[in-house]
Amino acid sequence: MLWVDKYRPHTLDKVMVHVQEAQHLKNLIAQGDCPHLLFYGPSGAGKKTLIMALLREMYGIGAEKVKVENKPWKVEAGNRKLEIDLTTVSSNYHVEFSPSDAGFQDRYVVQEIIKEMAKSRPLDVSGTKGFKVLVLNEVDKLSREAQHSLRRTMEKYSSACRLILCCNSASKVIEAIRSRCLNIRISAPTKEEIVAVMQHVAKKENLQLPMGLAGRIALLSNRNLRAALLSFEACYVQQYPFSENQAVQATDWEQYVTEIANDIVTEQSPKRLFQVRGKLYELLSNCIPPEIILKRLLVELMRKLDSELKREVCHWAAYYEHRMQLGQKAIFHLEAFVAKFMSIYKRFLIATFG
Amino acid sequence: MMAMAPMQQSSQQWVEKYRPKQVKDVAYQDEVVRTLTNTLETGNLPHLLFYGPPGTGKTSTALALAHQLFGPVLYKARVLELNASDDRGINVVRTKIKDFAAIAVGNSNAAGDYPCPPFKIIILDEADSMTEDAQNALRRTMETYSKVTRFCFICNYVSRIIEPLASRCAKYRFKPLNEEIMTTRIKFVCQEEGIQLNSEALSTLSKVSGGDLRRAITCLQSAARLYGSSISSDNIISVSGVVPDEILDSLLVACKSGQFDKAQGVVTNIIAEGHPASQILSQLFDIVVKASDITDEQKARILERIAETDKALIDGADEFLQLLDVSSNTLGAFCNLARETSAF
Repeated sequence: MLWVDKYRPHTLDKVMVHVQEAQHLKNLIAQGDCPHLLFYGPSGAGKKTLIMALLREMYGIGAEKVKVENKPWKVEAGNRKLEIDLTTVSSNYHVEFSPSDAGFQDRYVVQEIIKEMAKSRPLDVSGTKGFKVLVLNEVDKLSREAQHSLRRTMEKYSSACRLILCCNSASKVIEAIRSRCLNIRISAPTKEEIVAVMQHVAKKENLQLPMGLAGRIALLSNRNLRAALLSFEACYVQQYPFSENQAVQATDWEQYVTEIANDIVTEQSPKRLFQVRGKLYELLSNCIPPEIILKRLLVELMRKLDSELKREVCHWAAYYEHRMQLGQKAIFHLEAFVAKFMSIYKRFLIATFG
Repeated sequence: MMAMAPMQQSSQQWVEKYRPKQVKDVAYQDEVVRTLTNTLETGNLPHLLFYGPPGTGKTSTALALAHQLFGPVLYKARVLELNASDDRGINVVRTKIKDFAAIAVGNSNAAGDYPCPPFKIIILDEADSMTEDAQNALRRTMETYSKVTRFCFICNYVSRIIEPLASRCAKYRFKPLNEEIMTTRIKFVCQEEGIQLNSEALSTLSKVSGGDLRRAITCLQSAARLYGSSISSDNIISVSGVVPDEILDSLLVACKSGQFDKAQGVVTNIIAEGHPASQILSQLFDIVVKASDITDEQKARILERIAETDKALIDGADEFLQLLDVSSNTLGAFCNLARETSAF
């Protein structure tokens, strides 16, 4: 089992980073009821861990007995009948899924599953009716229509189920939904917190983790706890006992992007652009999301740039990323950015060195 | 196994609980209240159009009016409420609304103390989100059945109601609540719910909600749920999703310093802390517009980019890149550097 999963805190009392938030959540459900919740924050900050711990706190150990189901949902949309395949993770008390998996039909999925859940309420030991919890991941990727229909559904079925929404950027969730939920911001753990968690894991595994190494892993992780733990484990597999100045491997796609950035800066020509395109395709076909490639590429390029160029480059990065969201094929926009960068950089070189 | 406590609806939303029950209880909208109270006595009602920013009492007024006119017995039969989350396409207008509007009503079967005038009311909440087609389809219906049916449109932006509909209605503007009335209301709720709120938290709350009473009360309830009955100013800020002022200050300081790397560091930090970019933009907007140490030209340059970025965010663009773009533009404006795009 990976350390990330092995040492994931299971109860609200055991969390190490968002202690305050956990305590507040405990207060929240102490009275037995909870409002709809919206968790937002960067990835690897611990949103999911908190949600699972919260469910466990509410329903006891039963909430952790989950089964994964992939079944087609029959949905009537107007006068058409649709069949949508969807994978859900559910226990007796909650159902979890990513509605955005259903693509443009996400609207029907949300309504249908919530209706289904509302029909079968969980039976409580004391015989009173409770509510089920529906965990929706990636709500920020839901279409506008789906979000609007979610808003109605939230009100209609609020006696039978509670929604826990989870997303990265709260900007993409419509105001109407945000105002109906209790918003909980989960910030990324600080470097010190990450180091503390890694030391905790090391102690449990009976390892000696030098502070210098821990610090570097935490720094490279960009305040992403999951990434930090994964690369910590990778370091362990590579070499143990640890040495203070052991190399921390970045993930291979990150190295690849660094390579691309080097290529772009060393030569600006149509031929090089062609080569870069090949490499970008390689990344895309390995399922690295295009906006993450672009962001990383920008950060890498920024490192090598003169400060007067930075503003211009970052403007165009924002511009092409926006275009990418509107368009269909990501590669066009990635390549356009690379081409733009090359032209800016070349112009700069000619102006300075002649 | 830990027993889950039974669910009672004790956790009623305070917004619903403290919704004004009578037209005269609606706070701060004096002209509206006066005219409508008159209506209540005579039982003579024109078509209504309520508009104004959210949380100023439009829906409350409409519902209270309907309740006071018909009382609990007749309410179901005489009032139809539709809001944006109901399906309100052109088909609904053609069938549901038209059918309801066409029902004849008995004359003066007054129940108890209620005036029960001989017409029905159709309340269309959030009418500005209706399509133009649907609005057009309503025109004729409004006139044909005006003997037995009154319409009440509620919207935020009166400009999104087509002119022919607007001209058929008596228009009422609801103004944003001022701080004084807001604090009185909040204090009342606190007293009823037994909540300790010091004066600092109180002023934060009314500042954060910007004249929107619903938002203020929702905020208060969330804070009470999370932090118990004694609430501080910081608690209010963390619940409301507003970004603390220090963060925006640090961003502005970084921009004024003219060092790009510093600004990039602040932006990276903001995103890692999980603050929504749209919120940062709107607060940045407020600061820049009011600032006295920024020239008009600089302001124009900064605000232009904020507007473009807002659109990009709605289209689903990445928060980090967009925020970085705004910061770099702001930095350029502060230090009077050339525009990024000037070379083209």
